Amino acid sequence: MSLEVTLFLGLLDGVVFGLIMALIALGLSIAFGVMRIVNVAHGEFYMLGAVIAWYATTYLGNFILGLIIAPAAVIGLAAIVERTVLRKINYNPESTIVATIGLLYIIQQLVLAIYGPYAYNVEPPFYLRVDFPWFGYSGYKLSIAFVSPLIMGLTALFIFKTRLGLYMRATQQDREIAQAFGVPVGRVYMASFALGAALAAIAGVLVVPFLQAYYLMGLEALLISFMIVIIGGLGSLKGTLVAALIIGVIDGVVSVFFSPTLAKIVGSVLVAAVLLVRPTGLFGAER
Amino acid sequence: MVSGDRISRRKALKAISNVAAAGAIVGAGVVGAIGGFMAGSTTGGAQQTVTETRTREVTKTVTATKTVTAGAPTGGNPIKIGFEVHRTGIGAVYGKWYERTTVAAVNLINEMGGIDGRPIELVIEDDGTDPQRGAQVVEKFALEHKVDFILGALFSNVVLAAAPRAGELKIPYFAVSEGYHVPSGKLNRYSFQPGITDVRSQTQAVAGWIVENLGKKITMVFPDYAFGYDHRDWFGKAARDLGGEILELIPIPPTETTFTKYFPKVPADTEVLYHVMVGPAVLTFVKEMGEFFGSKRPEIFGFIDSLEGVAIDSPGLEFLEGTYFWEAFPRYLDGYDTPYHRFFREKVGVDENGADVNDPKSVATYSHMFSCWETLFIIKETVEQSGYTRRSPEDYRAFIETLENFRWFNEGNQHPQGAKLFNGRLHQGFGQQFISRVENGRLKTVYRTKIEDSVYESDVDYTKQPL
Amino acid sequence: MYVANKGLGKALALHIGVIAGFFILQFIVPPFHAAMLTRIMVLATYAIGYNILLGYTGLMSLGHAMFFATGLYAAGLSVIYYGLPPLEALPLAILLSAVMSATMGAITLRTSGVFFLIVTMIFSQVFFLTTLYFNMITGGEEGLVLTRYLKPISLGLFSVELTDSVVKYNFALIIFSIAFLFSLWLTRSPVGRVLIAIRENDERAEMLGYNIYKYKLLAFTMSGTISGMAGAAYALVFAYIGSALASILYSINPLLWTLLGGAGTTIGPIIGTGLMIYIIDFTSGITSSYLIVVGITLMLLVLAFPPGIVGAIKRRWIRWLP
Repeated sequence: MSLEVTLFLGLLDGVVFGLIMALIALGLSIAFGVMRIVNVAHGEFYMLGAVIAWYATTYLGNFILGLIIAPAAVIGLAAIVERTVLRKINYNPESTIVATIGLLYIIQQLVLAIYGPYAYNVEPPFYLRVDFPWFGYSGYKLSIAFVSPLIMGLTALFIFKTRLGLYMRATQQDREIAQAFGVPVGRVYMASFALGAALAAIAGVLVVPFLQAYYLMGLEALLISFMIVIIGGLGSLKGTLVAALIIGVIDGVVSVFFSPTLAKIVGSVLVAAVLLVRPTGLFGAER
Repeated sequence: MVSGDRISRRKALKAISNVAAAGAIVGAGVVGAIGGFMAGSTTGGAQQTVTETRTREVTKTVTATKTVTAGAPTGGNPIKIGFEVHRTGIGAVYGKWYERTTVAAVNLINEMGGIDGRPIELVIEDDGTDPQRGAQVVEKFALEHKVDFILGALFSNVVLAAAPRAGELKIPYFAVSEGYHVPSGKLNRYSFQPGITDVRSQTQAVAGWIVENLGKKITMVFPDYAFGYDHRDWFGKAARDLGGEILELIPIPPTETTFTKYFPKVPADTEVLYHVMVGPAVLTFVKEMGEFFGSKRPEIFGFIDSLEGVAIDSPGLEFLEGTYFWEAFPRYLDGYDTPYHRFFREKVGVDENGADVNDPKSVATYSHMFSCWETLFIIKETVEQSGYTRRSPEDYRAFIETLENFRWFNEGNQHPQGAKLFNGRLHQGFGQQFISRVENGRLKTVYRTKIEDSVYESDVDYTKQPL
Repeated sequence: MYVANKGLGKALALHIGVIAGFFILQFIVPPFHAAMLTRIMVLATYAIGYNILLGYTGLMSLGHAMFFATGLYAAGLSVIYYGLPPLEALPLAILLSAVMSATMGAITLRTSGVFFLIVTMIFSQVFFLTTLYFNMITGGEEGLVLTRYLKPISLGLFSVELTDSVVKYNFALIIFSIAFLFSLWLTRSPVGRVLIAIRENDERAEMLGYNIYKYKLLAFTMSGTISGMAGAAYALVFAYIGSALASILYSINPLLWTLLGGAGTTIGPIIGTGLMIYIIDFTSGITSSYLIVVGITLMLLVLAFPPGIVGAIKRRWIRWLP
């Protein structure tokens, strides 16, 4: 295959991959921006999204239902966790990390016990093989390139156009002042955490037709989201999208020409470089 | 290749009375034995002696009950076998089926009267598919549970961490892995792999058929770690020796989840794409391969490892139609329909399509799990012929030397996958292999290799190591 | 200083008592538990190293597996490829761990708070991927076995084999004792006091004129070096190296052990490691999802029992515990 074609495939694959990871990273970033916490179990919300979508599609026979049920269920779980755990430890950043590592194992092992060790996938809502002159590509996968930005757009609308979104932004800027102006910070926290989890779950649903739902799938997604938010700056919407595309394209292109392991190493070196130059990320606020 | 063709050449026939119980040296004996087993398992509800309790010590203990075959002595203190299984971690799908197969075999042996009249007590420990835990489990078996033998792990990294520890503790360790670790000489006098053919011989056995029937210009896709390198090195060598040409090698890291990016590396003049993958993402791998090549695909030959535990008719696998797979043991019964195979399937609870009889969605890791069954019968036979009675250096010596002197394990209920040629110097068994074609969303066996095709020369000689 | 020697005698006695206790235990306990204790001593060494950063400096890392694995691979690979005897491989591994942790510390300490956590985690993952990438050398996921390459340890007149269980036990005990006594010394040294001051209030420490970056880097390096020593001991004692030991689980383990036992106490990491290893060993016989125990323990620790076992004892009863 010629150089250009390979490059084209690398870019295509990288953009699709980046756009999915952007959804997950955006969820992580929102929770961080508002609550100043890092949720290590975030990847597990992604995994839960995928697993629930599999159940919904298999037993209810409808993938679109999965797209509704999975985020709803994960929102419920996230709300419970927020109330019973995070609030109890007063959103202390380090305790939150330890608690969410605990949550990671609990979710993972429960899924193992109930869903099992298998990796299942579902029939895509439509089957289309896009035939480029040089190679074929999954039409469903290509559609992700439109669905993911759509969801990110809706999220942005929510944050910038609704009252709750306004509250979230206010809390992100200054919690005390927001509280003084009557923002129900407790509820805003819960909403932010749940919204972050829902985005991860939606990403999980979207990938089941071409990746499989598998109980250990969360960790890799978590690590890539971490890279994205570090490069883009935690709490920045724009930064997340840009960084996700950077990471995705690096991954795609380095992978097709060299090796995917090397791509991840290059991505991490980039993280190191960004940190040395701008410890808060490309679009992160200066501290 | 049925067992009747084979004449037993085993040397140590010291306990002739045991031969009948061990069963199946010649075909007639096998048939008789089947009747016996069937009767044994249907009289009374004794098969329910397997308790699914999840207590730690003796998770699944079966005691010899009144239903044992007449003539076999009852009671006696049990022979303890430690079973190290991947219940969790990336090997969990295999682990589930390995456990099921092992428990079925232990039940059967106990119904038959146990080993040398002593029931098997099976002690099961999860190793989490984790090497450090794997070594720890070996210590636990040897030092705390004081088992007689260890039935080992599947994933190579666990075997490689666990087997040396078993060697240090001087307790026989039976790998059920297909890895090329035992016969390569990397392990020790106490490590054996009699129940499943290793990767080197598997690839060697199918290379001729591939070069002859599918094409000579081959591109290989394999996991980027030792298991994959065994494929790369040994299949590559075998194919080249037969006039084939390896155009390109494409290693894929085991952590990978998307694969499209690898396919541009496949040269356009490739005639055969050879693939073997492991791990949870195998299905994605196969699907993306299909999407990428579409109808312009080369011939594709895969190792069933790429789809173990996955239904062939899963959504998105339609393109596999007309491609070929290596199987150690046909997933679909009609691929090798023998009474022994039917017997094995029934006892383990697998339907004709290779899935759980109670849950057609749960597909077995059929090409690997028989190794647990066959290995247990080999342990039984070796104990009975060596006069092993207890954990002592002398008895272990007798056990190991007897096992090393075995030459053939004949086909029968004990060895449903087929006869095994055993090389005592390598501690490795060799059996027949199957090649199947995907037709109408199922596997149809099209070729069966000879045992001779699997055999290779080697300088490794474990019998020279001290005990 | 007045406080300097307060409780020193008692603390020293306690530490020597613990070491003597481990020494005597090998003659008492059945072989299985001796093997468990060997493992616990090696892994407790890792937890002791981790605790220096978390407990005495207040920095939480999620990437210590890279230091543990540096020691592991340095020792293992030098034994396999260069035929180094164990007692030469060990110092080499310690040296390389020191270099590695100093370098990583210099980069990661530019960040703070959650960024520090994430960054250490990412770098550790890179290390893990690197061990996979160079699997022609490292054996990758499958790993390599050292048994055939391990030379006897020469002790003047006679030599001993690391394949022998008794030798394993005492080798682990020596490694453990070094780390354990070092951590006691550190807590009572001037450096240790500055570190604790940084943990309690780094701004104040800075105002007092301490270069806190340098002190943090020092702590990071000491912590990583001891973790690397534990990794080297792991390779030599258990004769196996593999990338699973560089995975994220091995970054989370020392955190769990330290928190359970009590961060910021010298004995806590040992209690935590021992307890957790026995708990996991016990529960893995009951349930296949034994990692859930890890999860629940972590949750309970932050929700109900933040100081950990020894931490609680220290607060309530024995205040002189170092």
